[in-house]
Amino acid sequence: MEARVSVIEKRLKNIKRIISVASGKGGVGKSLVASSLALNLANKGYNVGLFDLDLYGPSSHVILGVKGQGFPEEEKGIIPPKVHGIGFMSVVYFTEDKPSPFRGIDVSNIIIELLAITQWGSLDYLVIDMPPGIGDETLDVIRLIKKSEFLVVSTPSKVALAAVSKLLKLLKELKIPIIGVLENMAMTKSSFIQNEVGKLGLPYLGSISFDKNLEESIGKPDRLLDADFMKDLDKILEGINL
Amino acid sequence: MHEWALAESILVAAVEAAEKEKLKTIIEIKISIGELQQIEQDIFEFALGEIIKSQGGKLKNVKTIIETEKSTLKCKNCEHTWDFSDMKKKLNEDESEAIHFIPEVAFVHTRCPKCGSPDFEIMSGRGVSIISIRGER
Ligand SMILES: Nc1ncnc2c1ncn2[C@@H]1O[C@H](COP(=O)(O)OP(=O)(O)O)[C@@H](O)[C@H]1O
Ligand SMILES: [Mg+2]
Ligand SMILES: [Zn+2]
Repeated sequence: MEARVSVIEKRLKNIKRIISVASGKGGVGKSLVASSLALNLANKGYNVGLFDLDLYGPSSHVILGVKGQGFPEEEKGIIPPKVHGIGFMSVVYFTEDKPSPFRGIDVSNIIIELLAITQWGSLDYLVIDMPPGIGDETLDVIRLIKKSEFLVVSTPSKVALAAVSKLLKLLKELKIPIIGVLENMAMTKSSFIQNEVGKLGLPYLGSISFDKNLEESIGKPDRLLDADFMKDLDKILEGINL
Repeated sequence: MHEWALAESILVAAVEAAEKEKLKTIIEIKISIGELQQIEQDIFEFALGEIIKSQGGKLKNVKTIIETEKSTLKCKNCEHTWDFSDMKKKLNEDESEAIHFIPEVAFVHTRCPKCGSPDFEIMSGRGVSIISIRGER
């Protein structure tokens, strides 16, 4: 009998809300939204954790400018190192950023190990940066992190929405709380995504415009807090009391 | 000392199982630890003892027996099999420590010793599990 799963609930007990930033599609801005959400909330004075669960293509550490800082401190488990006030956990502490060719069962084992040994402490929010799709990581979050809510990201494209709506339908079927759908990288005014999300009976949260200067803020949390991207995100967060 | 976190997981799982089986007290827990976890047995036993002492209850008089599950790795590409002692020869200290935290980063830091493929399987030797629990109703 696998023992590690049993302790996970206890590890997450003192976290008020867990928000998984997800999408059926890659490259839509999940990591940007997750990191920016964590920064935004920490900046408002909340206790915030960020957990990068994209094991193949972790990016949050790049966005937050974390590099080469060794293994996390150990104290009855591992303590997420503080990055710009955020407790940040990622597989990159253990991979030296080398390629990570994992199969599904290995992904599940890594998630179980990290959830079992990470001591988050008391948090107002834990933000999870999810990989794309509805594979092992999504299923494991649903299985192991019962109190997770989903914040779903799409771009304005029909192509993105096709994959995103599959995630939304699955979450709905399983009665997982969905905060809503956030449209990212909007270039023109269009109500396509808003209408489609409405048809699914889910909240449309608003849109973040394509920010042509965003790249200059990558790796620099201070600048990211001032970016146009953050201003758009902040408006959306206001609408959902975050 | 993340051994403490794993030790706690064993005891939480054991109490959970005992509740399901309606056991009043747990007499013995047989534990299996994968070799790849490279657990410091002393620290692990110390942690078990401390948690048992502070928690009492069903665990008050429990005896713990710890077994190490030997590792077997098998290449999906060439079917070669090997174990952790073979693997360890090519690891530096940081890589070995990373595997101690998360056994699956073996796929990141090591390759099949015969064909160099990263596509191998951990057949045994990872994770922390309970083999058996004895108790009284
Ligand atoms: N609103 C935006 N404006 C401009 N670039 C963006 C915007 N949102 C995301 N990006 C960029 O798009 C790329 C993909 O974003 P990322 O967050 O890594 O996506 P995902 O995590 O969904 O794969 C990154 O280079 C990111 O900087
Ligand atoms: Mg990402
Ligand atoms: Zn091989």
